[in-house]
Amino acid sequence: MPAVGMTVNGKKVQANVEARTLLVQFLRDHLRLTGTHVGCDTSQCGACVVHLDGQAIKSCTIFALSCEAAQITTIEGLANGEQLHPMQEAFREHHGLQCGFCTPGMIMTAVDMANRLGGGLDEATIRDELEGNICRCTGYHNIVKAIAAGARAMHGQAKAAE
Amino acid sequence: MSVTGIGASVRRREDLRFITGKGRYTDDINQPGQACAYFLRSPHAHARIEKIDTSAAAGMPGVVAILTGDDIAKDKVGGLICGWAITSKDGSAMKAGAHPALAQGKVRYVGDQVAVVIAETLAEAKDAAEKVAVSYEVLPASVDTARTAAAGAAQIHDVAPNNTIYQWHLGDKAATDAAFAKAAHVTRLEIVNNRLVPNPMEPRAAIGDYDAGTQTFTLYTTSQNPHVARLVLSAFIGIAPEHKLRVIAPDVGGGFGSKIFIYAEETVCVWAAKKVGRPVKWTSDRTEAFLADAHGRDHVTHAELALDGAGKILGLRVKTTANLGAYMSTFSSSVPTYLYAPLLSGQYAIPAIYAEVDAVYTNTAPVDAYRGAGRPEATFVVERLIEVAARETHRDPADLRRQNFITKFPHQTPVIMTYDAGDYAGALDKALKAADYAGFAARKAAAARKGRLRGIGLCAYIEACGIAPSAAVGSLGAGVGLWESAEVRVNPVGTVEILTGSHSHGQGHETTFAQLVSGRLGIPIENVSIVHGDTDKVQFGMGTYGSRSGAVGMSAISKALDKIEAKAKKVAGYVLEASSEDIEFKDGKFTVKGTDKAIDFGSIALQAYIAHKFSGQELEPGLKEGAFYDPTNFTFPAGVHVCEVEIDPDTGATRIERWTAVDDFGVLINPMIVEGQVHGGIAQGVGQAMLENTVYNADGQLVTASYMDYQMPRADDLPSFTVQTIETRCPSNPLGIKGCGEAGAIAAPAAVINAITDAVGHENVAMPATPQVVWRAAQSAATKVAAE
Repeated sequence: MPAVGMTVNGKKVQANVEARTLLVQFLRDHLRLTGTHVGCDTSQCGACVVHLDGQAIKSCTIFALSCEAAQITTIEGLANGEQLHPMQEAFREHHGLQCGFCTPGMIMTAVDMANRLGGGLDEATIRDELEGNICRCTGYHNIVKAIAAGARAMHGQAKAAE
Repeated sequence: MSVTGIGASVRRREDLRFITGKGRYTDDINQPGQACAYFLRSPHAHARIEKIDTSAAAGMPGVVAILTGDDIAKDKVGGLICGWAITSKDGSAMKAGAHPALAQGKVRYVGDQVAVVIAETLAEAKDAAEKVAVSYEVLPASVDTARTAAAGAAQIHDVAPNNTIYQWHLGDKAATDAAFAKAAHVTRLEIVNNRLVPNPMEPRAAIGDYDAGTQTFTLYTTSQNPHVARLVLSAFIGIAPEHKLRVIAPDVGGGFGSKIFIYAEETVCVWAAKKVGRPVKWTSDRTEAFLADAHGRDHVTHAELALDGAGKILGLRVKTTANLGAYMSTFSSSVPTYLYAPLLSGQYAIPAIYAEVDAVYTNTAPVDAYRGAGRPEATFVVERLIEVAARETHRDPADLRRQNFITKFPHQTPVIMTYDAGDYAGALDKALKAADYAGFAARKAAAARKGRLRGIGLCAYIEACGIAPSAAVGSLGAGVGLWESAEVRVNPVGTVEILTGSHSHGQGHETTFAQLVSGRLGIPIENVSIVHGDTDKVQFGMGTYGSRSGAVGMSAISKALDKIEAKAKKVAGYVLEASSEDIEFKDGKFTVKGTDKAIDFGSIALQAYIAHKFSGQELEPGLKEGAFYDPTNFTFPAGVHVCEVEIDPDTGATRIERWTAVDDFGVLINPMIVEGQVHGGIAQGVGQAMLENTVYNADGQLVTASYMDYQMPRADDLPSFTVQTIETRCPSNPLGIKGCGEAGAIAAPAAVINAITDAVGHENVAMPATPQVVWRAAQSAATKVAAE
């Protein structure tokens, strides 16, 4: 079995995997990082979204071997120790989740959205940008609110840190 | 109101694990030595199995076992059951065909389980499954709800001639016919309630495990009701007696009804675990979920409403054919009968109602309860009829509703239900105001100037929740009582564990149930934990569905808390040296009436366990009480939703511009969570009305078996919602709760279709109202106008 190495949540990992192993299988089955979920098999639902070199990707649609030397961040790596990421806080504060299954992917997509588009996301932009993430519980109403607030908080914090 | 008690929008305690990736869903769990199961499914809708040759597959790498229907039969594993007996109008019992967990002799829908391949890895199991050679004699398939009972249709089960399971009715036929005979106006509609796939985001999964030392089975499964699963697997399927079978439903990623039922896959996993001597794990992929999760809805209905000359409703007559698929799922028989026809009175005083329901088999996936379960179908019938009746008789739809509202309670409908409390005009008034109904004409005119069609639609829904009084459902055919249980364990340090038979899969029970306890005992919410989803911890319970966990599950907790308070007062009596009758309990403190003697709840808990101030003969040590709560009536949440749409007549593209909901759920435990439930329900209802459709072709192949083909509501399909409430307290449970989980899904479809038909100017708009459907409707309306 071929070897692959990458950095996941700041930790170097190395493993021999079957060539057909998807990144999401590598994360869940080999590293036991089960916060990243699988909700479909057609790259539609977004439950598996992680960051690869800082960009949101669907981990069900990329081979682990394609991630050689990449920096991967999963939902488990988003908080700074006990301190939640502002987007995580916003999802809790605005009741942006119910069953929690789509939530890791939603949050990873939302962080990427705020990174790319800034802190002033309007409702139409957020709804448009969520086209690759499906939630069956919330009707998106509170997810949209959470992302707007989380994006504001992310950029407010970035400013304060400068 | 305490900051964490009833009525407070407490932030959810369960969220921390979900937002940090620490949830523990079934597929996140792995057992030492576990093997992986993959189900070989029928590619045909209807076929006889001539031969299954597993020899080539058995030699594939990693294969542990390949099991078929023959093995299930040899081990005398019972078939899957339907737990609600319906009697036909001629007095005959329903005709339920056998439902083996692995097909025996015949397959009856695409996705039917033919064999299970168990291997070291899932990939190896899938590879081996490709080598299993099954020869089929393909039979003609019957897939059409409206035609499956007709002469010449393929016969699916020998026990059910004409594919008919039952022909049931409810109401007074003679009185209803008489009402129609004297009607000044009759509105008639042909309605198809489209088949939906529930699609919780977490696919189903199961891990079966067998401990040969203790001869005990453990099943981890994605269930809304693990105790019911254990009961069925024990008493009917015969896996093991209940004390030798533990069922655990850990974090469950949504259910919407589809995880109530006891399925073939979990049955096979737990059975196979003993057979192969290893834990066996199965996780559904999304395509399997489309093929083999129980679907929802799928009715074909002819409906009629009779009005007198003044607009008063005289009667309602309904003839429905309900498609139950290829096999009868766990509660399938109850959905188009007792969860449907008793809701046909809506919010209206209707003197006579008569409903006939034929349930039929087709070569499609089983159909069972999906969010709302029968009540969305009933509401769609009633609310489309009244809307169309208003238009046909040139009345304002809001006025016609108001004129016919029930205003006095209790109200006995002609279809079983006794409505106990409500304020239907109050909800309507508030909704019309919040939706600016009065300003609609101006908005329509503004839209017209841009070449757009604007429409507004109302839905005044009612549902029967808090399911259900056990004696009542027993008399109607239910195989179980529908009470709920709770146990309150107070620890010596004053922390509290609540064991509940309800199950949370998104509803937030860890927060709302703890709010009840925190407020009631005057203790910090952090000191309360909610235990659910494990049959070894919680003795029994009926689970979560039918918006029952607040009204029934929390009422059981409330009843157990009554007992805790009574016992604690006795302990306080000994400690404070007073008669327990003189002890008062408020805000977490026990006091002696008329004195300043006081002690807090935590100290009483300790005293109950150290038992130094009383002897065990006087009072049992400890502080732990249980209760079973059986409701005295259904609860009747009701409300009005208003949908406003704008349509581009050139493309049929339809945008929901405004959504206003005013709901009466009785007492709210956590308004934030209630609003979230309403949002999600509306989204599913809008999905049914505009996006989602389950399509089988004539051969019974499922055409819509992925998210590429089945349109789930996405963020840009929906608006933000205005959600408000009114409150009439529910008189039939101690907390005054009615339930909120299904309202949105019940209200939304009729509101959407009423809005679209208002916009296009005629009633011929089927669900889902896709752009193509709406475009055709808009075009034919334009043609009609031009011709006039």
